Amino acid sequence: MSARPPALLTLRGIGKSFFGVRVLDGVDLDVAPGEVHAVVGENGAGKSTLMKIVSGGYAPDTGTIEFAGQPRVFGGPRDAQRAGIGIIHQEFNLLPERTVAENVYLGHEPKRRGLVDRRQMLSRTAELLATIGETDLPAEAVVGRLGVAQQQVVEIAKALALDARLLIMDEPTAALADHEVELLYGLVRRLQQQGIGLLYVSHRLTEVFDLSDRITVLKDGRLVRTMPTADATAEDVVRQMVGRELSSYYPDRAVPADIGAVRLTVRGGGNRKLRDVDLDLRAGEVLGIGGLQGSGRSALARALFGVEPFTSGVVTIDGRPTRLRSPRAATRAGLAYVTEDRKGEGIVGRQSVLDNALLASRAVVPARSGRAARTARVRELLAAVEVRAAGDDQEIRFLSGGNQQKVVLARWLALDPLILLFDEPTRGIDVGAKSAIHDLVRRLARAGAAVLMISSELPELLGMSDRLLVMRDGRVAGELPAGATEEDVLALAVGTVREAAA
Amino acid sequence: MQLVQRRPLPPQLSRVRAGGLLPLLAILAVLLVLVAVRQPDFLAPASLMSFLGRSAPIILLAAGQYFVIVSGEFDLSVGSLVTAQVVVAARLIDSDPSRTWPVVLVLLAGGVLVGLVNGLITTRLRVPSFITTLGMFLILVGAVYLWSDGAPKGGLSEEFRRFGRRAFEDVPVLGRIPYALVVLLVLATLAVLLMRSDFGRILVAVGDNARTAALSGARVARTRTIAFMLSGLAAAVAAILIGGYSGVSFQAGAGLEFGAITAVVLGGVALGGGRGSVAGAMLGALTLELLFTLMNFYGVSGALRPTVQGAIILFAVAVSTRRSTSR
Repeated sequence: MSARPPALLTLRGIGKSFFGVRVLDGVDLDVAPGEVHAVVGENGAGKSTLMKIVSGGYAPDTGTIEFAGQPRVFGGPRDAQRAGIGIIHQEFNLLPERTVAENVYLGHEPKRRGLVDRRQMLSRTAELLATIGETDLPAEAVVGRLGVAQQQVVEIAKALALDARLLIMDEPTAALADHEVELLYGLVRRLQQQGIGLLYVSHRLTEVFDLSDRITVLKDGRLVRTMPTADATAEDVVRQMVGRELSSYYPDRAVPADIGAVRLTVRGGGNRKLRDVDLDLRAGEVLGIGGLQGSGRSALARALFGVEPFTSGVVTIDGRPTRLRSPRAATRAGLAYVTEDRKGEGIVGRQSVLDNALLASRAVVPARSGRAARTARVRELLAAVEVRAAGDDQEIRFLSGGNQQKVVLARWLALDPLILLFDEPTRGIDVGAKSAIHDLVRRLARAGAAVLMISSELPELLGMSDRLLVMRDGRVAGELPAGATEEDVLALAVGTVREAAA
Repeated sequence: MQLVQRRPLPPQLSRVRAGGLLPLLAILAVLLVLVAVRQPDFLAPASLMSFLGRSAPIILLAAGQYFVIVSGEFDLSVGSLVTAQVVVAARLIDSDPSRTWPVVLVLLAGGVLVGLVNGLITTRLRVPSFITTLGMFLILVGAVYLWSDGAPKGGLSEEFRRFGRRAFEDVPVLGRIPYALVVLLVLATLAVLLMRSDFGRILVAVGDNARTAALSGARVARTRTIAFMLSGLAAAVAAILIGGYSGVSFQAGAGLEFGAITAVVLGGVALGGGRGSVAGAMLGALTLELLFTLMNFYGVSGALRPTVQGAIILFAVAVSTRRSTSR
């Protein structure tokens, strides 16, 4: 063995099956103190299961876990926590009405004579935050008022308060705006300096390469390779993840002949979150919407789809003024909306794949044309978007994010929508499924649909859009043509340049 | 839009659906064996038919309650609705056979109307259904007492009562088929068909995730309101059968709402909505009735019924929560 310090965590031959399906098979992995070890793989590759095994959520069927030099069998997440393994989930587990300190010490508050010692709790929290360089975050701040990035810091502090020596971070940047990612980088570095080992799960290869010391690629539950990050290239990693070359990341843009008539216009659109929005959306084009979180990107899609309708201004569809007062009205007017919050409002988790794909058809189209034909058509669509499931009666919540998203797409395609609104269509989706969705979006546009696509991932936004609107503070800050750079978008989004005269 | 056609996903496997009801069918079988051991006569066709006829009201109420529960709500008003309907029917008919059919229609319409009010208050005024229907329960109890000055008045006609207590006699093999059983079979079939229709699938989707359903174009408030109306309708039919079988009293529907909820939960339907079948709910009701019959045969005091019901509810919910979170 090399001169590497003794490993903090050593996994050997970890295997796990659910209902006879092998999701992990003979995985070896180790993490040294102070090391950032990235784990990458498509959804369904076994990353989440592996993380749950390390953090005590599942017991492995085979293999051994050694932590801090001792073999361990975790009876549950609490066992793992007590041993010093913390996990930061994508979705935070914080009490929004309580202070930072109360959250950090939730369940193990420092006591004095049986009562919670608030002063000590505050000072200890402040110390803890100082050790990770977060001196700007007051221990008495109410968590619900903090930004997402700061809430993440609270989650991390919470794990450290339990003396975590290994932190698992599951898609830590998924919820962060681009400028917040930098802050996380700094935090990860400081955790490293403290000798804390990090298992870092992410779809974003940029981060993985920026942060990690080693990369482990999983595919179909097996370990493909563990390599020092310095020796790896992004192309290698992607190839190993998907098992094939991804020749080009984005499909070709529209050529002028593809672009048709104006389908949808908004003039002076406004509501509680939006002001003076003007917008033209043409058949055959993909209109990208950029901007920071909270800039009104999602509010725009939701206003168009009648979720929180415009209260002022005029919307026209194919030249006719139209009021879209509810999602139902919007659906009937030929709109479709793929939401950002897939779990909360995109899928009906405990229903089957088929029921999910039929949902919109059943809700808005009377089944006069024959239910069998409709079901057959939806089955074809599910196959065409290449949903991978055990069967179309499988509950959708057991599918990977990418496959869930494809089912949601099939649901809308069944209605032959003319205008598609996509809000973060590839968030939390693996590389392979991502490019499949990109292709599909482009094919829909080419077939004549008007597409509006919101994305926080700048490369995706720039790669997909024929034209871009950037939002800031509920307004359209400016328009950019295809071929704009990330700097152009960011400048408009944060307002460092004068707005284009619009 | 032309998308490449691929091999479709494997179609539905029926075993998955039937699998959900297997534990319940097993319990039912065990209870039947226990009953048969104690009282072999019970399994004679005629007595079995009578048992099914007697169980018809609670099975119908369970089906009605199922619609509401699977959509994510509760209906606590059905018990007092049954009482109110029986008392109202007696006073309106006042032993005059010619009024039978008009009053039957009034009862059915009244049940639907109470459901409509429950539904509108819950969905439009956003009062939790637990409270809405609890309020309705109290309003109906009070209104019936007020309207009848504390004692049931009038009487049911024989024409009215036959639904609940007469049967097709001298049927080959089966012996007798109670009218109530015929009503049950027809309505149960309709309920199963309804749950296979677009409305039924949307109802379950609304109970599972109302946000997603709304964003897919479903009319969530309307769907839930219809569920309450179906529950009211089921209560009206149950009232007609119960009035016929056991006559007029202020106790006619007492406790039936909990009986129905217990049955639904026992039938594998998740409280909070989104999971379970109407067939399961009705089988749950049948199981519950058989259990009470068994307790009766074994000489267990009838006073224990609420206790048993309470224990079943707690146990069934605990099991179903465990099942749905264990993965």
